[in-house]
Amino acid sequence: MVIAIVLLLIVVGSVLFHWLTPWWLTPLASNWGKMDDTLSITMAVTGLFFVVINLFVVYTLWRFRHRPGVRAAYQPDNKKLEHWLIGITTVGIVALLAPGLAVYANYVQPPEDAMILEVLGQQWQWRYRFPGAGGKLGGTDARFVTGQNPFGLDPADAAGQDDVLVMGNEVHLPLNRSVKVLLRSHDSLHDFFVPQFRARMNIVPGQVSWFWLTPTQAGRFEAMCAQLCGIGHPTMHGYVVVEEEAAFKAWLAAQSTFAMTLAPAAPAAGSGPEALSARGRTLAQTKGCVACHTIDGNAGVGPTWKGLFGKTETMEDGSKALVDDKYLRGFIRDPKSRDIRGFANVMPPIPMSDDELDALVAYIKSYGSEPVKQ
Amino acid sequence: MAYADTEEILHDPHTFITKYVWSQDHKVIAVQYASIAILVGLLGLALSNLMRLQIGFPGVFEFINAERYYQFVTMHGMIMVIYLLTALFLGGFGNYMIPLMVGARDMVFPYMNMLSVWVYLLSVIVLLASFFVPGGPTGSGWTLYPPAAILPGTPGHDWGIILMLVSLVIFIVATTMGGLNYVTTVLQARCEGMTLLRMPLTVWGIFVATILALLAFPALFVSGVMMLLDKTLGTSFFMPALVSMGQVTGYKGGSPLLFQHLFWFFGHPEVYIVALPAFGIVSDLISVHARKAIFGYRTMVWAIVIIGALSFVVWAHHMFVSGMNPWFGFFFATSTLIIAVPTAIKVYNWVLTLWRGDIHLSVPMLFTLAFILTFLSGGLTGLFLGNVSVDIPLSGTYFVVAHFHMVMGVAPLLVVFGAIYHWFPKVTGRMLDDRLGHFHFWVTFIGTYLIYFPMHYLGVLGMPRRYYNYENYQFIPASAHSLNVFITVVALFVGAVQLVYVFNLVWSTFRGRKADPNPWRACSLEWATPDTPPKHGNWGAKLPVVSRWAYAFNVPGAKQDFIMQNAALDAGGVEEQPKSYGASS
Amino acid sequence: MNSAVLPQAITSEQRARAVGTGLWLFIGVATTLFSLFLVAYGMRMDAADWSPIAMPWPLWLSTALLLTGSVLMHRAGRAARAGRPEAARRLLLAGGAAAMAFLGSQLWAWQALIDARVVLAGNPAASFFYVLTALHGLHVVGGLLAWSVAVPALAPALADEPSATWRIELCARYWHFLLVVWVVLFAALGWLTPEIVRFICGRG
Repeated sequence: MVIAIVLLLIVVGSVLFHWLTPWWLTPLASNWGKMDDTLSITMAVTGLFFVVINLFVVYTLWRFRHRPGVRAAYQPDNKKLEHWLIGITTVGIVALLAPGLAVYANYVQPPEDAMILEVLGQQWQWRYRFPGAGGKLGGTDARFVTGQNPFGLDPADAAGQDDVLVMGNEVHLPLNRSVKVLLRSHDSLHDFFVPQFRARMNIVPGQVSWFWLTPTQAGRFEAMCAQLCGIGHPTMHGYVVVEEEAAFKAWLAAQSTFAMTLAPAAPAAGSGPEALSARGRTLAQTKGCVACHTIDGNAGVGPTWKGLFGKTETMEDGSKALVDDKYLRGFIRDPKSRDIRGFANVMPPIPMSDDELDALVAYIKSYGSEPVKQ
Repeated sequence: MAYADTEEILHDPHTFITKYVWSQDHKVIAVQYASIAILVGLLGLALSNLMRLQIGFPGVFEFINAERYYQFVTMHGMIMVIYLLTALFLGGFGNYMIPLMVGARDMVFPYMNMLSVWVYLLSVIVLLASFFVPGGPTGSGWTLYPPAAILPGTPGHDWGIILMLVSLVIFIVATTMGGLNYVTTVLQARCEGMTLLRMPLTVWGIFVATILALLAFPALFVSGVMMLLDKTLGTSFFMPALVSMGQVTGYKGGSPLLFQHLFWFFGHPEVYIVALPAFGIVSDLISVHARKAIFGYRTMVWAIVIIGALSFVVWAHHMFVSGMNPWFGFFFATSTLIIAVPTAIKVYNWVLTLWRGDIHLSVPMLFTLAFILTFLSGGLTGLFLGNVSVDIPLSGTYFVVAHFHMVMGVAPLLVVFGAIYHWFPKVTGRMLDDRLGHFHFWVTFIGTYLIYFPMHYLGVLGMPRRYYNYENYQFIPASAHSLNVFITVVALFVGAVQLVYVFNLVWSTFRGRKADPNPWRACSLEWATPDTPPKHGNWGAKLPVVSRWAYAFNVPGAKQDFIMQNAALDAGGVEEQPKSYGASS
Repeated sequence: MNSAVLPQAITSEQRARAVGTGLWLFIGVATTLFSLFLVAYGMRMDAADWSPIAMPWPLWLSTALLLTGSVLMHRAGRAARAGRPEAARRLLLAGGAAAMAFLGSQLWAWQALIDARVVLAGNPAASFFYVLTALHGLHVVGGLLAWSVAVPALAPALADEPSATWRIELCARYWHFLLVVWVVLFAALGWLTPEIVRFICGRG
């Protein structure tokens, strides 16, 4: 009889767990409340079946446990009962499917007046693009992708010149405006998922996928990559800031357009070491370094820059090297030249001019200490 | 079906090598399949423990870096689904049970049967070789999605993925050889009186699963060959124009979604290849240990056939958020929820078999009851994922991981355990130790429930799967990390206890209590062999003749509470014939 | 220990039926395989970079050879059943030779394409061409392996061997299957266009 008691406890325990669990949906921040409702309906229907069937089993185990001298009945079939059961089950299934498909019909038909946001997924960071004043996104192709032009925008396409490019991981959206999120990648499958938005979609290189939503809560929400895309998959940490229309417009105006990124880089205001380092910080964003290198001491896909300059790094083969100016420059120019122990050798060579390299090294240096000659 | 005298001589082994190594005897081949599967399954278990160590205690175990983590994830998944479950149910149980349960001397193609197990072993060796090649095994996830699987940024994107794909191709050859055997044997080698509708449901489950395997594995073959060519010869079946790690690649025009369609056209029937034999076995275990005919035998057969057929039209429910044509979602959600109906019928019928039965709580029965609970749970969560709009926020989270472990890992594995406890006396002539059996049962059942039930809620929260760590994600509360610690500890304990089970298997083979030829007093033919364990040729001088179905339990008026299939006709217990169409009831 | 022959083992007639069923099942598996490849072929056509290749003329020779092989095999089976083992043996050998000549002709077609600089990678239509013809060719090789088992059965000393007839008939069945697959593949590779695919898939 232990098994019957245990099954009963499991049923009771599961129901209790469900009522008391601290782990449930994140607070909804979009218009997709109906998805939550359908989830609840599904939970209710399946929960009912789970409890009823299991309690029936518990009762049956107790009532028909083996007792000496008592034999089983002979009842190989009962067509009427089978038909009833099929009927009830079908009703349950329809009760689940109908709301589910109704919500889905809404999901696949974005509002005509939705604004456009493009998310570019890249191993291993997010970038974003808005259509500019012209209202149309410029054409792109993988053959145009460079370190300078990670979106692969066609420089000859006039529509792309005014596209607003957001090079870092954080994007802003206006509150209460529908947005159709276009999704692109040049390298791997990704998936832009903000749990509070509920809506999401995989990103597939070679095509443009999409989903739509209306953000209904202001706040700063975390976006994660939800389709395995290599070892940096867990580090693709994005942010979506939802704010009032006015604040959004102000933020948007402060971003660069494609045309601006094409213009030769203006010399940094002032040329002291601080300005150089500040320029390096911007470059770390725009060149994509932040996808793999942190400044807070945590290792990402690549080593953290905190404490990097001046330390003695160990290579895969056990040899050691001092991380000084020469080391950094040589490594950034040719990442395959060294195999650092504890890290996969996947850093791409990132094209940059010499004074960009100066700025970047200055920035990295600012997190380290003077190298102690051995 | 009278059988004329011999013209061809059945294989007849004399030496140790021909009896136990290059054996053409289905029973030996079955044990070979099962042994290899269980050994590689233990490796899969160890890999899962390593994964859980990282999830529960991120960063503590330095040798589990991101690369290795994803390699463990991938190899764990592939080993468990293909090399353990498929091989064990079809090659292990299929080989052992089918000829015995249908009254044949052996499979119809014994030589090809022998070849299939050695080819299977070769596929395992090639798979394991990927641990030792430069770059290590592939870390692309068991689903092997391109483009990442063959590009830098994913571990094992050179030799690892190549060996994985080659191993799968070899496995498919082995499975096809075995599959031709199982299906042809069921169709052609049944003994006199054994009509299709008198076969035990174990045979029906494995039979339909094998047909699924024959038709579904080609899709994996196609996708595997095309990916191999993309990797080794630069074709662009699945590879669009790409910029990988800053380098423009030479690919263009290919479609990653094409791979996914092909893979899941295989992948969904694959889960039924694992589930259907489990369903069949459960029906037999319940009826024997509750001394009652399986409720609704014909409906159960139809359910198996319909589930098998429908399994080919639901595949894209694995792709609802893949970026495929959104309108497909309507069709696949509908077909997926339809398949729930015959599946639910099976659950009802198992439970109704218990109703008014004479329930013996033996170890096999305990595992069967645990199966009902866990399969019910896992199957119901499938309804969440099959309902497209509910799936959207759940896809790629731990909800999916919990669902498929419950329904593919826990439930079928409980059936494997129960089935081995049930048939061990037939295979070895000895009983498995009962106390160790109870211990193994309770730890495994309660442990796996504790692992996977709470995991669903992490998925609802939005916790993504295939994450090496969750540093800096604020929306995940500290309590979720504590739950991960709990799950890891339970998983390690449950994993360790499986070694107790392996010990029981080995020890009891040599020292177990000697068993009756039919200790559970079952009706099906495998218990009627003249020798236990059955000798080569199974039946001695004369093949059995069958007079009834396999579920003549507690037939009114019979002396004993069971009548074996091959008992004389006048012993009664013949199954009811369905009334002809149009007759009044 | 007991080395006596087991009675009630498999008769030749049962074996014929079993192998026949097994062959039908294998034909089902191979049909699924080729069908899936063709579906992939149709789906891949949808991309902007689709550039069909012209069929090299030796493929017509290949088709003729495979057709001849089928006819010869069919007649071999008829001869065996009619109790004319000598004729059956000649026709069986000829049928096998036709299949081998088919493989030669296919390789000739490959050479023609390579000479025209149409290689495996770089053009998806070419990729599919090579993969599909290679796969079909491998299935022909498999058939020749089975055929090589049937041939000794017809050595004069075993002229009364009852298994000869069904072995030849099964070879013939498989040869016909390979012919059907080849005709479908040839038609698809040569004449299936993205427009037709879109029409079938309802997006034309």
